[in-house]
Amino acid sequence: MKRFLAIILAIVAVAACFAGCTKKSGVMTHAEYEAADLDTPVVVETYVQAKQSWWDNKATFYTQAEDGAYFIYNMPCSEEEYAKLVPGTKIRVSGYKSEWSGEVEIIDATYEIIKGSYTATAFDVTDLLGTDDLIKHQNEFVSFKGMTVVAAGQDENGNDVPFLYNWDGSGEDGSDLYFKVQLGEDVYTFTVESYLCDSTTDVYAAVKALKIGDVIDMEGFLYWYEGVNPHITSVTAAE
Amino acid sequence: MRAARTVIALALIFIITLFAFSGCHGRRGTAEFKTPEEFDESRSYEVVFWAKNDTNKNQTRIYEKAIADFEALYPNINVKLRLYTDYGKIYNDVITNIATGTTPDVCITYPDHIATYLTGNNVVAPLDDLFSDERYGLGGSALKFDSPTFDEMIPEFMDECTISGHYYAIPYMRSTEACYINRTYVEALGYEVPDMLTWDFIWEVSEAAAGKDADGVYTLNGQRVMIPFIYKSTDNMMIQLLKQKGAGYSTPEGEVLLFNDTTGELLQEIAGHTEKGAFSTFKISSYPANFLNAGQCVFAIDSTAGATWMGPEAPLSDISPDKFVDFDIEVRPIPQYDTEHPAMISQGPSVCVFNKDDPQQVLASWLFAQYLLTNDVQIAYAKTEGYVPVTQKARQDEAYESYLAACGADGDEHYSVKILASELLLEHTGDTFITPVFNGSASLRDAAGQLIESTVKSVRRKEKVDDAYITKLYKDTSSLYRLNSLGSGRQAKELGPLPLTSKLLLLSIAVCWAALGTVQIVRRLKKKI
Repeated sequence: MKRFLAIILAIVAVAACFAGCTKKSGVMTHAEYEAADLDTPVVVETYVQAKQSWWDNKATFYTQAEDGAYFIYNMPCSEEEYAKLVPGTKIRVSGYKSEWSGEVEIIDATYEIIKGSYTATAFDVTDLLGTDDLIKHQNEFVSFKGMTVVAAGQDENGNDVPFLYNWDGSGEDGSDLYFKVQLGEDVYTFTVESYLCDSTTDVYAAVKALKIGDVIDMEGFLYWYEGVNPHITSVTAAE
Repeated sequence: MRAARTVIALALIFIITLFAFSGCHGRRGTAEFKTPEEFDESRSYEVVFWAKNDTNKNQTRIYEKAIADFEALYPNINVKLRLYTDYGKIYNDVITNIATGTTPDVCITYPDHIATYLTGNNVVAPLDDLFSDERYGLGGSALKFDSPTFDEMIPEFMDECTISGHYYAIPYMRSTEACYINRTYVEALGYEVPDMLTWDFIWEVSEAAAGKDADGVYTLNGQRVMIPFIYKSTDNMMIQLLKQKGAGYSTPEGEVLLFNDTTGELLQEIAGHTEKGAFSTFKISSYPANFLNAGQCVFAIDSTAGATWMGPEAPLSDISPDKFVDFDIEVRPIPQYDTEHPAMISQGPSVCVFNKDDPQQVLASWLFAQYLLTNDVQIAYAKTEGYVPVTQKARQDEAYESYLAACGADGDEHYSVKILASELLLEHTGDTFITPVFNGSASLRDAAGQLIESTVKSVRRKEKVDDAYITKLYKDTSSLYRLNSLGSGRQAKELGPLPLTSKLLLLSIAVCWAALGTVQIVRRLKKKI
C-alpha cells in the first residue's frame, strides 16, 4: 500500500513539475497570437524588455518572448508594481489584440508576474528594410547596421540638420528626436521616443551629436506607425 | 500648588504655540494678488511660459517671435518658453508643480483645468482687476504695445474664461470641430453634400459606404480598409450630441447629469452603426486625417485646428505620399439634429497667469500674457491652422481680412481647407457653446468620451450592448472617473482623518481641563483638611 501511494505521489509531483514548466492552458504561442483576429481576447506569456511610460496607474511596455514580441499599451499598473517590472521579468498578460495605425498591440490588459527571466538579443533586420518580411518582426528588439545619416530637415537658415526635435522641428530639448538614415537608395526615418529614452539617456545624447554622413549601427524596438517607425535605444559608430 | 500652576501655564503656552503653528499652516498658500500701482521696471523678471503647439513648427516660431518682440519692448522681462504638444501633459505638470510651489508664470490651458488648479490656495491670479486696470489692463494707457480693449474681445470667448463669476483666463485662440468630407465618395454613393449635415444623413451614407464584395474588399474604395465615419474627440461628440438633444450633462454647480436615458439611447444608436461597420474613433483606429487622405473614410470629424492635415493636398501629413488618393473635399459644421438651431463646441487654448508671492512678478506675467492678444500674434497664430482670433480688433484688421480673401491662393498659408474651417467658426461663433467649468469637469469630460469608446470597443468585441450593458457601463465609468464624489454642495463631503496638529490641539485641551480639574479637587481636599 505504501509503495502504491509513493508511486501515485511521484506521478503527481512529476505532472506538477511539467505543468509548471510548460505554458498554462489557454496561453498562446506567438504564432497563435499572430493568427488571432483583431478585437479578440488573447493571453500570452512574455518578458518585459523595456518600459515606455507610466502615468495615472497605466503603463506601456515593449515585451518579447523567445518566439516573438508584444507591445502592451496602457496596462493598468500601480507605480509600485511598475517598479517591479524590470527588464527580463516574465509576465502572463491577458487582454485584447488591437491595431492602431498599423501597430499591433495588446490593450485593456491585466497581468501577473510569473517565474522566469529572458532578455532578447537584438536581431539584425538591416537586410529586411523595405521588404514585406520586416513586419514579421514588429515590436522585436532589433539592430540596424552600417546606415548613413542624412539630413533630417533644415534649420531657420535653410541649413541641413542631422536631427529634428519632433517630426517637423517644432519641439525642443526633451521632445522626441527624429533622424534619417540611408541604406542604398532608400531613406528611413527613425525616432528616439522621449518617453522611452529621455534627454538624460546616452542614445538621446548620441543622436544630438550625429553629423550628416556618419555611418552608424543602431538598436531599438521595431515599432510601427503608418509604416515602420523604429524606436531607437542605442546608436554607435558603425563597426 | 505652585507646581500645578506651572503645569497649567505650560499647557496654555503649548496650546497658544499650536494655534500659532496651525495659523501658519493655514496661510501656507500664496497671498491674494493685488495689482501694484506701478510696474517696477528697475528690476529684472523671468517669466516661465508653458505653451502648447499642435506639433506645428510655424506655431513654435510664432511663440518665439512673440517672445522676442515682447522682450524688445520690456528688456527687463525675460520669457522662458517650454513647449508642449498635449494639453493633458501641461495639466499633469501643473498639478505636480502646484504641490511643490513651482508652477510656471503663464500657461496655455483649458478652463476645465483651471477649475482644478483653483482648488489650491490662490494658485491662479484672478484677472478681473487686471482687465480693468487703467494703466496695465486691456487697452491700458501705460502699455508699450497696442492691446485690445475689453470691448474689443469676442464676448462669447471671454465668457468661457469665467469661473465662479471671476475671470481666471484670457482666450488665446478659438476653434470648433468640423466635418471633413470626401465629396467624391458621397456622390459616388448617390448623395449630395448638404450645407448643414444631419446625423441621419451621416449614418445613412456611412452605412452605405460600408458595403464589401465577396472578397472582403470595400466596393466604394476598392481597398480592404474603410472607416466611413471617424470621430477624433469622442468627449466632444457626446457633449454635442447631448446639447443638441437638449439632454443633461452637468449643472453649473457640478452635479453630474451625464448618465441619463438620452445618453443610453445615443450609445445604443452608435453601437448599431458600429456593428454595421460605419463608425470608429481616433483612440481605437488612428488619426481621422490618415484615413481621409488615404481614401479610407467618407466623414472625418476633427478640430478646425487640424485642418492643415485634411485633404488630398494637405500640407501636413503622417502618411506617405504614395498612400494619398485624389478626391474633392468639403468642410461643414458637425452634424445636427436641428439644422435651424445648430450647436457646436467652442474650444481652443486659453492663457492663465499663476499667482506668486511677488505681485510685480505677476504683473510682468500679465503683461506678457496680454501681449499674446495683440494683432500681430493673434493673426499670425490664427493663420497656422483653422483657428480664429479672439479679438474683434484682429478680425477687423486688414491683414486678416486679406488672408481670408485669399482662400485657396496657394497650398500652404492660404490652404483652402484651413481657411474654410476658420470661416466656419467665424460664421457660427454665435452657435458655439461650452460646458460648465468646475473642479472635476475635466474628469466628467473624459467620462463622456469613455462611454463612446467603451461602447464601440464592446461592439467590435462582439459583446451585447443592451440596457444591462449601459447600466453597468454607467456604474464602471462613474467609478473610474470618481464622479460619485463630484457634485453640488448637497452631497456630503468626506473630510478624512484629523490632521496631527488638530489631534495634538484637542489632546492638549483635554490635558489642560484635566489639570484644572485636578487643581480644583486638590484645593477642595485641602479646605476640608
